[in-house]
Amino acid sequence: MGLDSIFRDIRRDTANKTALVSEGNEITFAELYKMADLIASFASQGDVVLLICANDVESIAAYVGFTRRGAVPILAGRSTNELFLDGLKEAYRPAFVFRKTDEKLDGALCELGPYSLLPTGFEIDYAVNPNLALLLSTSGSTGSPKLVRLSRGNLISNTESIIEYLGITPEDRAITTLPMSYTYGLSIINTHLYAGASIVVTDRTLMDREFWSTLKNSRATTFGGVPYTYEMLKKLRFGRMDLPSLRCVTQAGGRLSPELAAEFADICEGMGIGFIVMYGQTEATARMSWLAPEYARAKAGSVGVAIPGGSFFLHGVGGEEITEPRLVGELVYRGENVSMGYAENRFDLCLGDELGGVLETGDLAYFDEDGFYYIAGRKKRFLKMFGNRVNLDEIDAMLRREGCDCASSGADDNLIVYVAGGPPFDVPAFISGRTGLHPSCVKVVEVERIPRSESGKALFGELGEHGA
Amino acid sequence: MIAITNLEKYKNCFIEAFALSEADVESLKYQGIQEWDSVGHMALMALLEDNFEIMLDTDDIIDFASFEKGVEILLKYEVVIR
Repeated sequence: MGLDSIFRDIRRDTANKTALVSEGNEITFAELYKMADLIASFASQGDVVLLICANDVESIAAYVGFTRRGAVPILAGRSTNELFLDGLKEAYRPAFVFRKTDEKLDGALCELGPYSLLPTGFEIDYAVNPNLALLLSTSGSTGSPKLVRLSRGNLISNTESIIEYLGITPEDRAITTLPMSYTYGLSIINTHLYAGASIVVTDRTLMDREFWSTLKNSRATTFGGVPYTYEMLKKLRFGRMDLPSLRCVTQAGGRLSPELAAEFADICEGMGIGFIVMYGQTEATARMSWLAPEYARAKAGSVGVAIPGGSFFLHGVGGEEITEPRLVGELVYRGENVSMGYAENRFDLCLGDELGGVLETGDLAYFDEDGFYYIAGRKKRFLKMFGNRVNLDEIDAMLRREGCDCASSGADDNLIVYVAGGPPFDVPAFISGRTGLHPSCVKVVEVERIPRSESGKALFGELGEHGA
Repeated sequence: MIAITNLEKYKNCFIEAFALSEADVESLKYQGIQEWDSVGHMALMALLEDNFEIMLDTDDIIDFASFEKGVEILLKYEVVIR
């Protein structure tokens, strides 16, 4: 293969090692790569492929194969709304779709378990930059089909850095807890395969007895979680569980409150496992910072320091660099894992690197006297819902198009929609249908009217008095 | 005022946790409907604990796989659903 890929040809000493464990079956690296290369043989370098994936062997094999081939996967989760998928297809005109099908479809090029590789028949009227390796969405499925353009270099750089700071060895074994189409879930897959470690593949959730018995029986050493995962672990009294194979757990995908971070630092210390808080964005491939487990307690609430090979800067309102501790500014990251930029549609896929390794994160942060960084807020109006970015302006626009006069606000994992004159339809059900968010996380508050500034911005300070 | 029965209280927890409009909840199973996913499960457990003033054990939370199974589990906490 002429191109450098994160999934290079397997070394002889790795070929017969276990790569994936699924429902008790072990699949070696040689078997995985054989499956991967077979599916990918139908595609050519630069072909865009929409992968509608889940945490299963077939999805991972397809992703590995197309990546090795130099094709460009767009990853979307299986529960993704069909409207959003149609929007993606229209905007990017992929050559192929790889998805689970209920029955055999005519015209399928290749079948792998319940999955089929389907040609779309689109006319390919666009060019693809030779460095482009992967396209990921920054949010669940709200709004526009905007994707982050990641290069081969981005993937290799971030994967190597994560393996270095987490100390991932071939003896490690991660169990899936996050969607594969989500940058954090994908980075766990990338790092473990790259390090010659293995992955226990399951679609079970933490609320499922089977998840915990699978973790134990397959001797998983690690998993990752977004803040909501840690709320669930707390509810399940994680500290009292007997999980002898577990070596460490990681957290990212949103800010964990300092209280919960401190609590888990203690719980994990009691269990004799590492607790590692991290920070990142899809725009930086996955990770930008990490907090070493020995600081988990003392620096609870911090996202730590930049990962190996990266660095942080803070910009003040005038663009000047902040060099003093505890002054808040916009967090800027520099590193080889900073993406090439965004794509709005297929005509952007030919673009080169627009960011030059520098990412303005949109997050407000400060550092303490010891140089540890803390996230203090956001420049833009969005919430993190179960680790995914939800743009509040897009939620408002979506509802307004349906004739609902509203303004949304709230906190992470808790969306509040203020509706003037009462909701004209079931707002939580509508939002849930479009975005996949759970309806119980959407609260509707009826108000007489939405107070707005002259420029039309909702004045939430005044809403507080009218509302709840 | 007529006191609300435990069965009504129990049903209301499902209706609220999964944002359901109809009251036909007796056949519900974990992951049987889209709303009863892990997030819905967390919401349901919190509502049950608040409404019945109990604290569910880990094993009971992960065994709570259906409306019917829940009736059995709550008995352990001296909550009789009827």
